[in-house]
Amino acid sequence: MPWDRNQMAARAAQELEDGMYVNLGIGIPTLVANYVGDKDITLQSENGMLGMGPFPFEGEEDPDLINAGKQTITELNRTAYFDSAQSFGMIRGGKIAAAILGAMEVSEKGDLANWMIPGKLVKGMGGAMDLVAGVGRVIVVMDHTNKHGVSKVLKECTLPLTGKSVVDLIITNLGVLEVGHKGLHILECADGVTHDDIRAATEATIV
Amino acid sequence: MKKVYANATEALEGVLRDDMLIAAGGFGLCGIPELLLQAIKESGVKDLTFASNNAGVDDFGIGILLQTKQVKKMISSYVGENAEFMRQYLSGELELEFNPQGTLAERMRAAGCGIPGFYTKTGVGTVIAEGKEHKDFNGETYILEEGIFADLSIVKAWKADETGNLIFRKTARNFNPPAAMCGKLCVAEVEEIVPTGSLDPDKIHLPGIYVHRLIQGDHEKRIEQRTTRQREEA
Repeated sequence: MPWDRNQMAARAAQELEDGMYVNLGIGIPTLVANYVGDKDITLQSENGMLGMGPFPFEGEEDPDLINAGKQTITELNRTAYFDSAQSFGMIRGGKIAAAILGAMEVSEKGDLANWMIPGKLVKGMGGAMDLVAGVGRVIVVMDHTNKHGVSKVLKECTLPLTGKSVVDLIITNLGVLEVGHKGLHILECADGVTHDDIRAATEATIV
Repeated sequence: MKKVYANATEALEGVLRDDMLIAAGGFGLCGIPELLLQAIKESGVKDLTFASNNAGVDDFGIGILLQTKQVKKMISSYVGENAEFMRQYLSGELELEFNPQGTLAERMRAAGCGIPGFYTKTGVGTVIAEGKEHKDFNGETYILEEGIFADLSIVKAWKADETGNLIFRKTARNFNPPAAMCGKLCVAEVEEIVPTGSLDPDKIHLPGIYVHRLIQGDHEKRIEQRTTRQREEA
């Protein structure tokens, strides 16, 4: 059985180590916060916060306290606030250990496309280009294929890039792949999924 | 020098003109200078360029100036929540320059610090890098980005004293400090102006040197995405 969204998020959480400062993207990456367990992880929200807490209880929403997805959130006892220039200073400066992001396409060289489909409505890259260029490790969490069954793990991305040679690890519903110098390495298969299944669903070079 | 003005319209008197570049603070609808935007709308100035992370929603934030077609160009990182914006952009009425969010913040901060350009890895190998100078440092490639020197800065803070020292609240700080720094003239709107001497000097987020005019007013502070969790049963 391929992994579901929650299983993919739980697998991504295993990549996080005690003491890390981490930025989580929108979608499945947000679910990773549910699976960090006892590890001491500090979440960064790029609109200017370290130590992001859970959603507020009803009636306790604060318009001055939102995450990068513009959702109301809460603070923790460790929380620190800062402005956008400092926020991206710590991102660009390599202080954030890892970013876990969704993707439309990833290439075998670690190129990432996740912000724009030509001819469709373009909303903007937000902080994604800064994150992939700056953080220590970029972990992509996404379905292995699109809804037509076509591989999203490619030799070359077809969509405009968010970053070139930036992805370190790809976690899909089929398994875990590492970006190496000569191609991708399969590190792990989802329960009941074989190496051959992953190879068959992947356009990129697997070594 | 008196910095405190009675209202947004008076604070903008003699400042606004057609075709100017305005840097605005805010992230989504959080910490936006809503009173100053309303006053800019009422002034009727047009062909404005805004450097602002987002473009508001249809009826709030910069969105109200899109409704009246006072905006010529946006320099932003994300504009997803605004239908009128998309309509004007797709029909060619509105110019849009996408900047990565951190590059936009740094372009403002840099200009405010007298730095006309800086090198960043952000965007290397993407459409953002096209036409920009590339330079290698220690074996890595960077691109040159330029400071945004705005004609006017409009920002929102939580508290100010009468000399313009500002304190922000939680994530409403966001783009406000860098936006305030990059303009020739900065107008700040706050929820409360307190007498000079009543703020702790160690708690000032943005020194009043960056703030030239100041108003106090009531803010709607609209929430864009209201998300909550259930209380666990006792």
